[in-house]
Amino acid sequence: MTAYAETAPRLALSRPGIGRLASVELRKMADTRAGFWLLLTIGLLIAAITVIVVIWGETADQNLAGIFGDTIEITSVLLPVLGILSVTSEWSQRTGLATFSLVPERERVIAAKVVAAVALTVIAVAVCLLAAVVGNVFAGGSWSLGLGDIGRGLVYELIGVLVGVAFGLLFLSSPLAIVLYFVLPTAWAILGSISALEGPAEWLDLSVTMAPLVEASMSGREWAQLGTSVALWVWALLAIGIVRLQRSELK
Amino acid sequence: MIAVENLSKRYGRQMAVDDITFRCEPGTVTGFLGPNGAGKSTTMRMICGLTPPSGGSAVVLGGPYRALPNPGMRVGVLLDASAQHSGRTGREVLSLSARVLGVPPSRVGELLDLVGLSKAAARKRVGNYSLGMRQRLGIAHALIGDPEVLVLDEPANGLDPEGIAWMRRLLRDFADRAGTVLLSSHLLREVEAIADRMVVIRAGKIVAQGTKAELLGATGVVVRTLDPDALREALTSAGVATTPGGEGALLVEAEGEAVGRVAAAEGIVLTELRAADGAGLEELFLSLTASDAEESLIA
Repeated sequence: MTAYAETAPRLALSRPGIGRLASVELRKMADTRAGFWLLLTIGLLIAAITVIVVIWGETADQNLAGIFGDTIEITSVLLPVLGILSVTSEWSQRTGLATFSLVPERERVIAAKVVAAVALTVIAVAVCLLAAVVGNVFAGGSWSLGLGDIGRGLVYELIGVLVGVAFGLLFLSSPLAIVLYFVLPTAWAILGSISALEGPAEWLDLSVTMAPLVEASMSGREWAQLGTSVALWVWALLAIGIVRLQRSELK
Repeated sequence: MIAVENLSKRYGRQMAVDDITFRCEPGTVTGFLGPNGAGKSTTMRMICGLTPPSGGSAVVLGGPYRALPNPGMRVGVLLDASAQHSGRTGREVLSLSARVLGVPPSRVGELLDLVGLSKAAARKRVGNYSLGMRQRLGIAHALIGDPEVLVLDEPANGLDPEGIAWMRRLLRDFADRAGTVLLSSHLLREVEAIADRMVVIRAGKIVAQGTKAELLGATGVVVRTLDPDALREALTSAGVATTPGGEGALLVEAEGEAVGRVAAAEGIVLTELRAADGAGLEELFLSLTASDAEESLIA
């Protein structure tokens, strides 16, 4: 028999680790036609925005920090869609039947998707940084960019992607989750104009709480506000989604 | 080994699966037969831990499916061949699952060869596959962990006759190596050649189960004659029930000898007299499942 047959009994007794599941989930984000084109589009947008800023941008932006910030901004538009599709495609494409047959502990699949989304975001931020470095070689601007700036850029991206994963798990439908993801900030903007809701919006509206991330620094209060809104839009939604998933029927 | 005990699934007021009990033993192929909507898929999803039962239990290899640490290594599952990402290639679908299970990537090529998907076909996206190709991919997917148990929902659907013959050999061989197979179908013809045992389900309830011989034992003989009307009258007056078997044949609930004696006494010429194997099972299947069609006509 093959070497594989000898290892099979051992494999049957060991469940796959989160790391291995996460690497599979990361691969699933890129190995479909939709995922491939979405990733390619994000890459091209990063390159395009870099070229635009270097050639036509305002002088204030033509430096490492400026270009980095602009690439982060453009990436944050589409990256959450990958987070959404990572979850919803299991339902819209019905791959969940196979996925959850192979890994019956459904929360582990979602954990793997979260880890994969974080890994993808780290890669995306690294690409943004690389683009900014290359761009600044041509722009010839200042090279000052603190670790704090990179960290805030990463947090900014991460929140978007994780909200995407949470929305995907909550709605289990690609179009619904994508539309609501993009409509939500507008809905808050309308609600926020009601004076009674201004207070809650400071703590719960992600577009308000995330705004200071792109500024030079954040106060303790601003971190607390950001943490509160993330607790709601990421962790609470994920928790609701996972509890429901464990009880639900997969068809 | 699969043991289903008093398993039920209720949707609102409707019992999709109503208190069913059956076992699938190693070394056998069990055919799970019933018309569309009888509860076959729901039962199979409950066995695989995808649908929570309303009552009863399903045990696979000594415990609930969801308690198996790496279930793909012990139970091969194909619940819907079309439930694959249309934008992913066939090879990639298998590669992902090989990675989840922890089996070497070389397994993927072996499985593609086994199910007869060419290298060119494996490079195509599943969205471009015919149903037959999806079934072959689905069977490869079920076999990737070299399991002991196979749960296959309508695996012959979309396969051509050559494909069905291929699957019969594959499953026979799997069972002969002490594997356990449960496969469903709404078509008797697909299952009768493959399965050793049958479980027939209608409207959520099991209406018959047993070996093929057991199910056939009760259904008597097929008889053909030059004068069907005279034979039917003669048999009826002798107290033997008959049902039309199609193409002029009669299905008779009696031994062949008894039918022959009645015919001889009345001087009726018989042209055929044999045990009702396939034909009888088909009659059985149709009679067991017929009232569904009637209900849907009324509804």
